[in-house]
Amino acid sequence: MRQISGNKLLVKALKEEGVDTLFGYPGACTIDISDELYKQEGIRVILPRHEQALVHAADGYARTTGKVGVCLVTSGPGATNLVTGLATANYDSVPLVCFTGQVARHLIGNDAFQEVDIVGITRSITKYGVTVRNRADLGRIVKEAFYIARTGRPGPVLIDLPKDVMAELGSAEYPKSVNIRGYKPASGVHIGQLKRAVKMLSRAQRPLFLAGGGVVISGAHEIFREVVEKTGVPVVTTIMGRGAVPTDHPLYIGNLGMHGAYASNMAVGECDLLFSIGTRFNDRITGKLHEFAPKAQIVHIDIDTASISRNISVDVPIVADAREALEKINEYVEECGGKKWLKQIEAWKQAHPLRMREHAGLGPKDIIDEINRQFDEAIVVTDVGQHQMFAAQYVEITKKKQMIMSGGLGTMGYGFPAAVGAKLGNPDKPVIMISGDGGMQMNIQEFATAVLEELPLVLCVFNNSYLGMVRQWQKLFYGKRYSMTNLRSGALWRRTNGEQMPEYTPDFVKLAESYGAKGIRVTRREEIAAAFAEAKKNTKTPTLIEFIIDPEEMVYPMIQPGGTLEDMILDC
Amino acid sequence: MENTIKKRWISLYVENQVGVLSKISGLFSAKSYNLDSLTVGTTEDPTVSRMTIATVSDDETFEQIKKQLNRLVEVIKVIDFTDVFVRMKEILYVKVKKCSREDKAELFQIAETFKARVIDYGRDSLLLEFVQTATKNDAVIKLLKEEFKDIEVVRGGSVGIESISMMER
Repeated sequence: MRQISGNKLLVKALKEEGVDTLFGYPGACTIDISDELYKQEGIRVILPRHEQALVHAADGYARTTGKVGVCLVTSGPGATNLVTGLATANYDSVPLVCFTGQVARHLIGNDAFQEVDIVGITRSITKYGVTVRNRADLGRIVKEAFYIARTGRPGPVLIDLPKDVMAELGSAEYPKSVNIRGYKPASGVHIGQLKRAVKMLSRAQRPLFLAGGGVVISGAHEIFREVVEKTGVPVVTTIMGRGAVPTDHPLYIGNLGMHGAYASNMAVGECDLLFSIGTRFNDRITGKLHEFAPKAQIVHIDIDTASISRNISVDVPIVADAREALEKINEYVEECGGKKWLKQIEAWKQAHPLRMREHAGLGPKDIIDEINRQFDEAIVVTDVGQHQMFAAQYVEITKKKQMIMSGGLGTMGYGFPAAVGAKLGNPDKPVIMISGDGGMQMNIQEFATAVLEELPLVLCVFNNSYLGMVRQWQKLFYGKRYSMTNLRSGALWRRTNGEQMPEYTPDFVKLAESYGAKGIRVTRREEIAAAFAEAKKNTKTPTLIEFIIDPEEMVYPMIQPGGTLEDMILDC
Repeated sequence: MENTIKKRWISLYVENQVGVLSKISGLFSAKSYNLDSLTVGTTEDPTVSRMTIATVSDDETFEQIKKQLNRLVEVIKVIDFTDVFVRMKEILYVKVKKCSREDKAELFQIAETFKARVIDYGRDSLLLEFVQTATKNDAVIKLLKEEFKDIEVVRGGSVGIESISMMER
């Protein structure tokens, strides 16, 4: 039988898995794999400029295509640079398969050059991780990795590849099927439980749907909308679930939680049945646990058994894929809930609609309103911080739109590289990134990747010269002591009392231009529309639009960490 | 609902692979679960290991522990041993040092009472082997610590298997 090296088998495996894009950064332990990738056609190899950006890019690609994102990095620092990205993907249930180089087996444990125990380091932030110790196992392990990453609750899988194992000759066969005795993802729905839940829904006086990221991940948008319309039950979403029903839908109330809409949080507080799908009841949405949905019975559908009855206790647990469950639910439900309840919700919406401080200057909402006006179809990628919450509150997610962000881990620096990945996976869709001046600087080097891959991204930087979200907490809860949040402070500031500072640090426009991208600075509200129009015309390179905004802009409403509805701060 | 804190037992079938033990123990430390004792060894199938795990936890946490263990790819099966009939024993060695002649005589009596064996013997020391439940071993250690100045203890952690007909532990 013909024998091939592990390196060759790996490339063959990637092709059989249908991989069309690989995010890679080379090194000594993976140079042979790089060499095999050089000799093939069909897999596009992308070279981000930092491994952390690389894994975020694969993550953005996976979230926006539904395919598994594939990473290849070298041993040691290449591998450790994946850590934040793996944790990000693990939290938000993103399917990734990450290959890390490893030193040859006889060197493992010897503190060899660029050796780390990456499987050990990433054990708690991956769905599965393993070192390939025998050439004979390589095909099976890769096959299993792709299967584990994309099935059940999706997540990142790490495969560590010792250099000598990959050089060894062995079978050219790549398995066609998998059978893992310890891994049987839930399939099907418990009909008895489901009927019970539906009965409770139809009996409830004040029912409410709570949709989390699971609805979006399972692609249940359409069936969910059908169920919502059939029942007439209103919907709140987590930020990861935003878009589960179109945000302009009459039955959609808004996001719940720390920065959720007043009406959403009131609805959760007053509902008598909370029908939740694909959420783990994270502390940012529940606040104080004992006072979360105090009047409600709770139904909880989730693919992950361990997410059920962990943070809050649940009356009807259902382990199932969100789409599968909703398809079944759709067979049984009928109109339920009352007009009185919908009227009450409407009254809350009218009493305290989402709004921002009004002033003549350039505000975050003006920018997002313009994005909503100018783009019917788009993928919106955010970074983490105030701008992310503004986007979560105001970006309209309708049929041809999608929004992605680091929800669970809250990873600054996610936005730009994830937008690169999203655009690579969706060349025909406009990709708009929204970041802050803090997050943008955490992976600014990706301009090189975006320019050289000719990605016409629209990169919006909300620049307030501060780490705005932490500043907001300092303003509200720490007596305005802006410790460590001023991005313009430092010895120069202290020495010259703020005079003789460079006008911008960095000058984002010049920085964009230095990479060969386009840079536009917007300081007035009247300039916003033109800037986006200009960006749309720039079809071969990214356009950075820097919006100079006031650091006093705040995200409202806000419920303090661990707080209750009574603690809601509404003031603008 | 009452949420009692008590000692609970899990029997776990896992893949006999490098890193599995650290994955299981890592889960307990990462999630701040109590891990009272853990034993592991291969089974009749050399690709499968079986662990007996003891933990002190409340009902809710224990449910989470079982779910989290079940999630791990390397875990084949999780069995709750808390309220089922199992045979469960732990091995305990106690070396009693600086013994007088009277001490030794007493130790032989203790051994007889507790169905222990004296397995080694020196001029002024004695080695005892107990195979009984962990709770009884706790009691033995307490007793010997009170009675003798210098003892050395090593214990193996409990191993358990479901009973066939016996209705006791």
